[in-house]
Parts: sequence; C-alpha cells; structure tokens
Amino acid sequence: MAREGARVINLMEPGHTGCAGCGQAIAARLVLKATGPRVIVANATGCLEVYTTTYPRSSWEVPWIHSLFENAAAVAAGMEVTLKAMGRYEGVKIIAQAGDGGTADIGIGCISGMFERGHDILYICYDNEGYMNTGYQRSGLTPPGARTTTSPPGRLSYGNRTRKKNMPMIAVAHGVPYVATATVSEPRDLMRKVQRALEIEGPKYLHILVPCVPGWGYESELTLEVARLAVETMLFPLIEIENGVITKVRKPKEIRPVEDYLRPQRRFAHLFRPGGEEVLEELRRIAAENSRLATGPAMLGGPPGEGG
Amino acid sequence: MEGSKAVAEAVRLCRPHVVCAYPITPQTHIVEELSRMVADGRLDAGFVLAESEFGAASIVLGGSAVGGRAYTATSSQGLLLMVEVIFNIAGLRLPVVMTCANRAVSAPINIWNDQQDAVSIRDSGWIQLYVEDNQEAVDTHIQAFRIAEELMIPVMVCMDGYVLTHTMEPVDIPEQEEVDRFLPPYEPAYRLDFDDPFTMGAMVGPEAYMETRFHVHMDMMEARGVIRRVADEYAEAFGRHRGGLIETYDIEGADVVLVSMGSLLGTMRDAVDELREEGLKVGLLKVRCFRPFPKEAINDALKGVGVVGVIEKDVSLGLEGTLCSEMRAAFCGEESPEISSFIMGLGGRDVTVEEIKRVARELVADPACRVEFRGLKEELMRGDER
Ligand SMILES: Cc1ncc(C[n+]2csc(CCOP(=O)(O)OP(=O)(O)O)c2C)c(N)n1
Ligand code: SF4
Ligand SMILES: [Mg+2]
Repeated sequence: MAREGARVINLMEPGHTGCAGCGQAIAARLVLKATGPRVIVANATGCLEVYTTTYPRSSWEVPWIHSLFENAAAVAAGMEVTLKAMGRYEGVKIIAQAGDGGTADIGIGCISGMFERGHDILYICYDNEGYMNTGYQRSGLTPPGARTTTSPPGRLSYGNRTRKKNMPMIAVAHGVPYVATATVSEPRDLMRKVQRALEIEGPKYLHILVPCVPGWGYESELTLEVARLAVETMLFPLIEIENGVITKVRKPKEIRPVEDYLRPQRRFAHLFRPGGEEVLEELRRIAAENSRLATGPAMLGGPPGEGG
Repeated sequence: MEGSKAVAEAVRLCRPHVVCAYPITPQTHIVEELSRMVADGRLDAGFVLAESEFGAASIVLGGSAVGGRAYTATSSQGLLLMVEVIFNIAGLRLPVVMTCANRAVSAPINIWNDQQDAVSIRDSGWIQLYVEDNQEAVDTHIQAFRIAEELMIPVMVCMDGYVLTHTMEPVDIPEQEEVDRFLPPYEPAYRLDFDDPFTMGAMVGPEAYMETRFHVHMDMMEARGVIRRVADEYAEAFGRHRGGLIETYDIEGADVVLVSMGSLLGTMRDAVDELREEGLKVGLLKVRCFRPFPKEAINDALKGVGVVGVIEKDVSLGLEGTLCSEMRAAFCGEESPEISSFIMGLGGRDVTVEEIKRVARELVADPACRVEFRGLKEELMRGDER
C-alpha cells in the first residue's frame, strides 16, 4: 500500500498495458507525484482507465473509481459533497480526470455543473486530440487538418475541419478560479500547476497535452520532443489563469515554425502534399494568435482570428 | 399529507448523507420538500441541485462510493436519461435508493401516470418495489435503505405519479428514534478511502465478466428472502406489515385472480368487493416486488387458480404487458393458469371500477388467454380497427 517514502512517488504503478511512450501515462504519473497519496480519483472511460485497471490488476495505489465515459466530474462532485456531509473531508483532495473526448464532448454537461456549483475538485483533461481508446476518432479537441479515422483526408478533405474547442476559456467563463495548461515535456511545470491548483479551494481546471504514439503517428521515443514542439510552435501555449486573469504565458525563446511540430506526425502528412497549404495557413494563424497571448484579463474566445 | 411530502419525511428520517435530484413532473414535489427541509435545517445532508438527471444519478453514485447513504428521485424522461448510470450503480454494487414517481414516456410527451418508465429498466439490476398508497410509500422507503445496504443492491421505490405523489392521504410518519433503531448507520462493505486504496470499476474482460453478472443475479435471487425478512422486522418495530414480495386479497377459492402493481390495486379492491357481492369468485394478487421477481411466492399463492388477468399500465410494444410476460414465466415448470394481458391506464387514462369488473366478468365467461388494450376511445380508432 502506498503511504510514505519512495513508493509515494509512483502512485500510479508502471506495468499497465498502455503503448510504450504514451504521453497520458507519463502525465498521470506526474499528477499523482504532485498530489501525494491523500487523493481520490474519479476517472472517465478512455485509454488511461482501460490500460491501468484491466481486471484483476490495477496500477492505482490511491482510491480510484471509474464509472462511465461522461460523468467523472459528477461522480467526483458526489464524493466531495458526501465526504463533507459525513465529516470525512478533512485533508482529502479529489481529482476528476478524463480524455479530451470525455471532457470537451460527451462530458461537458457534468463538468459545467461541477464548475458552476463550485465543488472543490481538480478536473484534469488529458488531451491527446482524439478518441484514442476506440481507435483514433476525431473529437472536439482534434486540431485542424489532423487525420483521424473519422476525419480522414480524401479527395474532398484535408482531415479535420474544425478548430480545437477552447476548453480553458470555457472553464474561465464558469468563473473557475484556477485554469492552466501543461504538457509532459515540462514535468516540473506540470507538477507545480497541480500543486498550485490544489492550494485553491473550489473548482480547478488543468488541461494537459498528452501526445499519443499511434494516434498521432510518430516514433515512440519522440513523445517528449513532440510535446516540446507543440509548445515551441505556440500551437499549444502553456498558460495559467487565476480568477480570470492570465498570470503566466510560457513564451519560447524562439517561436518555431508550425511545420517543425507537424512533420514528425503522420496525422499531418497529407498537409505537405499539394492543396494542404490552406490548412497549414490556418495552423500558422492559430500559432500566431496564441503568440499574442499575454498576461492580463483572459478574453473570452481568445483573440479573434480569421476563419476562427 | 401529500404523498410527495410523506416520502420526503421518510427520506429525512433515514438520515441520508447525500440527496441529489433534478426536477421533473410528477416527482418535483419530493425535491421541493427536501429543499425546504435543507433550507430550514431539518435535513442535514449534502444536497446538490444537479444539472441533469444524468448528473444527479452520477452524483449519488459518487456519494455512495465514498460510503455515504445516497438518495435520488425522478420520473419518466429523467429516469431514461439516467439509464446508463442506473446500470452502472447496480454493477458497482452501490446501495443507492431512488423514488420513481411513475409517469408515461415520450413521445408523445405526457406527464401523467403509467408505469412504462420503471418497467422499461427492469433488467438494470435494481430491486423494484411498487407501492399502493402513501403509507406504503413511507414504510417502503425506510425498508429500502435497509434492504439496499444489507445486499449492496440499489432499490427503486415506484409510486404512481399524481395518483400517489400529489394526493392527500392520512399517513403515519414514524419517530426519528424508531427509525434510527430500525435503520442503523450505513457501514459499507467497501468504500473509496486512502487508508485502504481500492480500485472501483475496473475493466473486466470475457475471462471474468460473466461471473460478475452471475453473482449479481444470485444475490438478486437471494434478495427475495431479505425483502421478506425486512418487512417482518419492520412490522415488529412499527406494528405495520407493509412490505414483502406480494400481497393477496380475497384469493381463497377464487376462480379468477386479477394481478397488478401500484395504486391500481386500490381501485381493484373496490371492484373485487362488488364482484364478490354479485357472487363472482374473484381475487387479487398484488406484485410489490417486480425485481427480483417473486416466482415461488406467486406459484404458491395461485395454486389451483385457473384464470389470471394481468392489468397493467405499461406495454412491451409488439408483445403484451410486461408484468403479464413475467407472470407466464413464473409458471415455467408448473401447471399454469390461463393468463391474459389487459393494458389499461396508459398516460393517465382513467381506470374505473366498472372497467375492472367488466374484465373480471369476461374472464369468468371466457378464460382463454388473450392480450387486450382496455379503455380505448372508439372515435380515435383507425377505420380498420373499429
Ligand atoms: C456513452 C459512451 N459512448 C461511447 C463510448 C465509447 N468510448 C469509450 S472511450 C471513448 C473515447 C475516449 O476518448 P477520450 O476521452 O479522448 O480518451 P482517450 O482514450 O483518447 O484517452 C469512446 C468513444 C462509451 N464508453 N460510452
Ligand atoms: S493509444 Fe495513445 S493514449 Fe492510448 S495508450 Fe496508446 S499512446 Fe496512450
Ligand atoms: Mg483522447
């Protein structure tokens, strides 16, 4: 049983059946390293849930529950309210976590309710930009141009048509006092954000970009590199928002062209063939908008962009 | 006292840790009453106004998983919106208690009473208890927590919308001390707790899934004994025997027995009294516990009865009334009476004593098994059905 000392740092044990190099596995382990053992986790259906708890084994050394795909936030809310009513809440931290699909698409109603009622819960979205557990389908967080199994490029298509739903701003719009983004190439930053979030009472939202080896189509040793490039191209800006004010934006010393991030990933390969330029231009536009992010009041919808 | 208020009082006496529901007619008065109790400090529970019934069911699931006593209530569309969570609660073996204020299901949208909602989730793994009047509703809710927590199986108390929820009846509400004696604090067999980290809701493949279902099934079968015993203990504690699996009325020597669930039994009792006066030997069997289905109790009660008419406010479209199918199944391996299905009272259509008497008289005259909708309006039939 995980309690103190060395084992505490690995509250999510390796030995799960996820892909080698899974970004989500790295992130989940970092999250628990930051929280320590006095945490209860409500986990949505998705890759992380499936590969960590294949009966009769479990990788979790903290109390952990999986109910459904779309209700982790509500299950967590029920735990928080009930523990308080029972007088057993002291020293407890509650985390609700899900993939991008479980968060931005099917689970958003429960999340909105949890935010609005102000439960003391850290909600974590592990964003691998698609429904990976069911075979790499498109989600509301799949970026423009990405090939997924339901947004394949074809004679009339250059992959996914839509921009990523702006989940952090949706959280901000609910008045969530702490909202941040993170990724696995910045483990210390990720852990600090988890700890900062847990210092704050009320709902918190942490959005972690977690590269997916087969879904994105890169070599499995490149997970951290791909994550780093997402940040350095400003396609995935690392930000922190407290009480509606952007308090930190991670600005790379030199912003790299989006192609550096896109090229190692097979899901974007078709963009480099004739006709892909329009989507590339859209991605450059997004990176440019993100580059203009600055400390100060968080604007709903983010900066306006052509075709946004 | 209004049925909804009586239920809210009963729930309060059970000292739930978490109460969460979403408004829907005709369940609303229950949530409103519970809200008032919280506002007045009469109910000291975590009280959550959820964003949907789906959320409400998930919230009580979470509350139950950390070891709290959990309650929710809904109806019709709300129950259907909860369905995925309802199956999940049962599979996780969480002893949540729910009131279903029975109402018709859309489309067409209809807020009035029938029992299509609860009957449709027959196979979800919840115990389903149907009550006839508001006193039984109170007594059944108090028993429901005992049954659920002893078996780690959720319990749904089904009470007819409007007919019970919105109707004033004299009701005896027990004292808190009495209820406390009958219903001790909930000691969960397992809960999420970091002193003993526990993984709940793991992925189970073909190598073990079937056994988990088998165990739930076996525990459901065993639940019949527990439901009976809890009713006996309740009678001992409160001096009222309202519970158990079935009830019978005037069944001795009956040629025809009418079967139903819920508040219709009240009307049927009146019909039977009048028929008996006319010299017709008609009796009643009330199915209180629809899941687990009390096969043996029904077999025993109907030994020697030749004709059974099942009157119910639901229909398995394309077959017959669902309770009727269950009644037929109850005689598997036994000598079966002729069992007919009478679908009545859908969407709040009035069911009269006269109509029930007509059904009984017709069954006496012709016992042959049949499926009929009763109380249809001639002027709304299509030409070929007239
Ligand atoms: C109600 C419901 N719809 C669909 C599914 C099938 N399903 C399970 S996981 C999943 C995708 C998960 O995607 P995401 O939340 O992004 O997590 P990931 O696997 O990518 O980490 C889907 C579609 C389900 N389990 N439940
Ligand atoms: S498919 Fe992607 S998210 Fe799922 S285990 Fe593999 S790398 Fe991780
Ligand atoms: Mg995903």
